Amino acid sequence: MTPELIVEYASVVAIVILVIALLMTVYRVVVGPTLPDRVIALDMLVGIVIGFIAVIALRTGYTLYIDIAIALGLVGFLATVAFARFILARGRVGEGEGVEAGPGQSKQSAKTKATKNVKASKPAGSLGKEAK
Amino acid sequence: MISLLAAIAIAVLTIGGALFSLIAAIGLNRLPDLYTRMHSASKAGTVGSGLLLLAVGLHAADIATFGRAVAGIVFFILTAPISAHLLARAAHKVGYKLSSASVRDDMMS
Repeated sequence: MTPELIVEYASVVAIVILVIALLMTVYRVVVGPTLPDRVIALDMLVGIVIGFIAVIALRTGYTLYIDIAIALGLVGFLATVAFARFILARGRVGEGEGVEAGPGQSKQSAKTKATKNVKASKPAGSLGKEAK
Repeated sequence: MISLLAAIAIAVLTIGGALFSLIAAIGLNRLPDLYTRMHSASKAGTVGSGLLLLAVGLHAADIATFGRAVAGIVFFILTAPISAHLLARAAHKVGYKLSSASVRDDMMS
């Protein structure tokens, strides 16, 4: 077994594992009952994609991909900070919202929470206008 | 050409980084509330992408590439806690509750 072959097999195994991780994170983005849950999952998605880029750099030998990974990390960081500011500016959530939601949560309750989220975001718009 | 030892080290780093990412994704799905999910995503996720970047740096066997990979790892280690802290603070301030399994909330005022 040559050294090149070892690295090749390892990168294939890593890509398979990363695809599983990516799909699980996408599931959390779709299901995630509240907005911060989705923001965390998006942050995690950026991390996994950086891992993908690193494995592609390993396979092809183009080291320029590292710079792309650093740029993507910067964009992901800025997006998370902007989303945190947005959550802060959106105002308080209604009572009874944001309570624990385990993985076994039913789809119906997730839907009602989503509608509540929309309702909660309405007064935040007027709040933003006042701030201006 | 790379030596057998370097190839084994690179393979271990690659699969280890991918496994850390998988652990972070499992934690993101299994943990009960926002704040525990955040701890899983920011710590295990950073280690996962960091190990993969380190593997690329070792594979290139070039000091410039290795330096860039280390710079990327340092950047991720610096920014991941900042973004997680900002998001947790914003969510707590806005009123997202902890899971019922939580024992105490030090920021409760």
